[in-house]
Amino acid sequence: MTTPNSPGPGSGGASAAPAARGGEPAPYGAAVIEVLGVSKTYGGAAPALADVSLTVRAGEAVAIVGPSGSGKSTLLNMIAGLDRPTAGSVTVGGDRVDRMSETASARYRRARVGMVFQFFNLLDDLTVLDNVLLPAQLAGLGRAEARGRAVDLLDYLGVGRHAAAYPGRLSGGERQRVAVARALMNRPTVLLADEPTGALDRASGRDVQELLLELSRDGLTILLVTHDTALADACATRAVELVDGAVVRDAPVGWNASASGTVSARGTTSGSGNAGVAR
Amino acid sequence: MRLGGGRAAATRRVVLGGLGRRRAQTAVLVLTVLTAVTASLLAAGLLVGSSAPFDRAFAQQHGAHLTAEFDAAKTTTAQLAATGRLSGVAATAGPFPTATLHTTVTDTSEAPGTSGSRPGSGFGLPPLAVVGRGDPGGAVDRVVLVRGDWPDSPGEIALSTSLDIRLPVGTRLTVDGLRGKQELTVVGIVRSTSHTADAWVTPAQLAALAADGAQTGYQMLYRLDTAGTDADLRAGRAAVEAALPAGALAGTQSYLDLRREANAATGAYVPFVAAFGGLGLAMSTLIIGIVVSGAVGAARWRIGVLKSLGFTPGQVVRAYVGQTLVPAAVGIGLGVVLGNLLAVPVLADQADAYGGPRPSIPLWVDVAVVAGAVALVAGAAVASALRAGRMPAVEAISLGRAPRADRGRLARRLAGRLPLPRPLSLGLANPFARPARATVMAAAVGLGALGVTFAVGLGTTLTMIQKENSRDLAADVVVYTGRGGEGAVMNVPAGPGEVQGGPVEEPGAAPGAADPAAVAAALAALPGTAGYFGVARTQLDVRGMVGAADATALTGDLSVAARRLVSGRWLDAPGEAVVDSRFLRAAGLRVGARATVIDGAHAATLLIVGESFDVDDTPSLVTASSSLTGLGLSLAPGEFGVDLKAGTALADYLRAAGDALSPLGAGAAQNEGGESTVIVAMISLITTLTLMIAAVAVLGVLNTVVLDTRERVHDLGVFKALGMSPRQTIAMVVTSVAGIGAVAGLVGVPLGIALHHAVVPLMGDAVSTGMPSAYVDVYGGWAVVGLALGGLVIAAAGALLPATWAAGTRTAIALRTE
Repeated sequence: MTTPNSPGPGSGGASAAPAARGGEPAPYGAAVIEVLGVSKTYGGAAPALADVSLTVRAGEAVAIVGPSGSGKSTLLNMIAGLDRPTAGSVTVGGDRVDRMSETASARYRRARVGMVFQFFNLLDDLTVLDNVLLPAQLAGLGRAEARGRAVDLLDYLGVGRHAAAYPGRLSGGERQRVAVARALMNRPTVLLADEPTGALDRASGRDVQELLLELSRDGLTILLVTHDTALADACATRAVELVDGAVVRDAPVGWNASASGTVSARGTTSGSGNAGVAR
Repeated sequence: MRLGGGRAAATRRVVLGGLGRRRAQTAVLVLTVLTAVTASLLAAGLLVGSSAPFDRAFAQQHGAHLTAEFDAAKTTTAQLAATGRLSGVAATAGPFPTATLHTTVTDTSEAPGTSGSRPGSGFGLPPLAVVGRGDPGGAVDRVVLVRGDWPDSPGEIALSTSLDIRLPVGTRLTVDGLRGKQELTVVGIVRSTSHTADAWVTPAQLAALAADGAQTGYQMLYRLDTAGTDADLRAGRAAVEAALPAGALAGTQSYLDLRREANAATGAYVPFVAAFGGLGLAMSTLIIGIVVSGAVGAARWRIGVLKSLGFTPGQVVRAYVGQTLVPAAVGIGLGVVLGNLLAVPVLADQADAYGGPRPSIPLWVDVAVVAGAVALVAGAAVASALRAGRMPAVEAISLGRAPRADRGRLARRLAGRLPLPRPLSLGLANPFARPARATVMAAAVGLGALGVTFAVGLGTTLTMIQKENSRDLAADVVVYTGRGGEGAVMNVPAGPGEVQGGPVEEPGAAPGAADPAAVAAALAALPGTAGYFGVARTQLDVRGMVGAADATALTGDLSVAARRLVSGRWLDAPGEAVVDSRFLRAAGLRVGARATVIDGAHAATLLIVGESFDVDDTPSLVTASSSLTGLGLSLAPGEFGVDLKAGTALADYLRAAGDALSPLGAGAAQNEGGESTVIVAMISLITTLTLMIAAVAVLGVLNTVVLDTRERVHDLGVFKALGMSPRQTIAMVVTSVAGIGAVAGLVGVPLGIALHHAVVPLMGDAVSTGMPSAYVDVYGGWAVVGLALGGLVIAAAGALLPATWAAGTRTAIALRTE
């Protein structure tokens, strides 16, 4: 079954919205996201990010892991264009995101980025369907034009029956599925997920995990911030570990121990196994 | 442990912390309260100023209850001075020497303005009653210098503001004397509420003029112990007359006559000043209520957190009342200062209109407005804080994060289906999430639209009145023949035994006046003449009416002289008359009835065919000159009015007319009319008050939108994360109030029109005149459309700044805000 992020009859076909004005998908393996020497400082405090460099290739699913306050969400915000680095550069699909104006940044997010948040960030005074339609409508598509794809996405994600309901009535897992549907509405090049299972119970979390895995298998480039190593292990092909704003490890998923001492993907405690991949 | 001190310190920290955290909101609160207090002060000041302006001005100037003129040949200065010691006389000024001067304008320093025709060089002024006085102050009639200086040297003269002709400071006048011409320079313009003279010079200058043959007399100014009624004034006059040689008293002027005249004039403006004043106060009250209750309501989340930490409801109320009163106190203080500063030009405009000295805002008004504002702020803050303070902490925290999501859902669904860009449909539905706040904001915008509509209509009405009634004649060109009765009004000392009650016209023709028939023939021969009419003026008695009526007798083409009417039609034929409202009321007649005019033993009956608009205080009548033939009067025209053919160049016509008329002893001038200082002052006042009302409305909107965007900052972050551009954000925020503004405008505009339609006739009633429908029906179709959009403009103006702030908020920061 094709996921809704790929063209084809399963994703809405002729009756669905035309292909969203997303970016051209990069050839598999090409560099999609390039973060070079990025630092971020707020006032006189310790840097939230310190000279972080990172490359994400098309089709990769990269997990950003690390303890609370390590700068994971800050890095994601930089890539999403929601914040600007104090130093360094962020390039997505060949475009310097860190240099974009607010308007260009908004257009970039509409076209290339789908975002999923820990606390869903659905608008409680809009129906589920209206929430999903928003990115397409902000991009200029009419309601009728975009409706087909939105309904297909909701059906695909198993929450189609809640289209007319308000988010407050849904469970956490269902809300996160709606959020994923919204994130996929404009066929983004990159999916950025910030602790997507952080507010969910175990069962719901596994549902979302399966969903992300499927999207990854379908070739969607995913950047996933999480402290859930099971999620990272299941969904990601690579893990980048941040500690105090710096990359301490960047390795394929499956390494045994981390430099920070967090529990490894395979469940072993810190201190055992490899010393860790140098930055 | 000092619990009391600890609690107070904690409350203080809450107050200061809240102020510091919400800097933008605090600033908006200060600005809004400042503007509202300023508007309230001005409105209250205007209302107080409209209350008995003559009496206040008269009291301030120690006005003369009785102005008496004496024949210099029949009394001495010692005898006159002794009348100051009569029983019942409280104070005196004088005796001052007086003279009547015939002057000609030699040169004007700038274009003069007048409510009649425009005098230029060579124009002969009506006889001026001049007083020789060394000091503008004194015990009685402390005149006010409006412009320039008091004369303190020979060759200088100061003119009264009560003159019908305005000449600027620097104008040179030539006085025709027995031994040749003397020149005087206008050095000042003076306001005397008692109207004691047309002009003042130094006593030495007057002596020089008297030696040169100017008619002389003396003037005494009296303040009486008892002067409340006409009987009191007659008694005072009688006492003075009895104390002097027979025939010494030439005439007197009673302040009660002036008072009646002034109150009638100012009465025309009290209705609209009251309307604006009331509107200003109502809006200020509403806006302060919106701002303060909104500020406390927006802090609901914080209140919930404080309660969860152990603050009692009482402490919460004290903290938030304090948090509101601190910036409000700053706003009130600044508003009082600004209001008193702005009052200087605003009340000056009102004083110019009322003809009185320039007042300031009384101290008790300052105190009352401050007390009212503090009470309003405290009351609104206590009410809001009590509501929040009593709420369970959990509810306060959850409600404080965002408006209840279930509010306005239907509106959102319906708006979402509109064929509009999504940001606009989102914005249109926003007000329904906070219906109470939206309603109050709509009221503020509606009142603003009402005020602007009312002001536009009133300004249009006054401008029309000024344009159409500032000229004595309704014609393009005025031709003077040098005869009397040209419409100039002057103060002329009464003859022996006469009681002077007010200004009189000078009858009779001056030597060398042009032959009206020759002038008419010359005008008819000029190629540019479309039509002309001759004007002669006199006074006639009317059967059934007490007092005389001013009569204007027309020759030539009556249709050219047509003016705007209250009702009926213009003259068509001899035997018809057009009269003013005062005439109809005084004679107990109506349009369609017949009036009998009398001169001595002769009478003539006229059919009243129309009612004219006339604000003069004397009943007036216009008829064809031939209608009055039976009265046996010599009514040769003293001036002519000429309408030009379309396409005729005025300058060319005046040149040709000058060539044709000069040999006949006549002259032609453009009939420009002048600015009425009263109307100019009122229009200036209207403009200031309207801007203030609009500013208060805009600030009310601004405050509401600031609160709204602060509450919804997280949602804004989500929108931006999903790709809403800054322009789309601004469009969404502005649209959220534009809809309200448009609706409020649709309600406010008809109400403003209704207010105008109610006030304008009242203004006419105050000066005993009807109002032509054209002065009431001033709102054209496109004007109404434009005004209706005014509500939208007010709303959009208030929303633009916070919308721009919202668009510029960093998304990451907005998403962190919960």
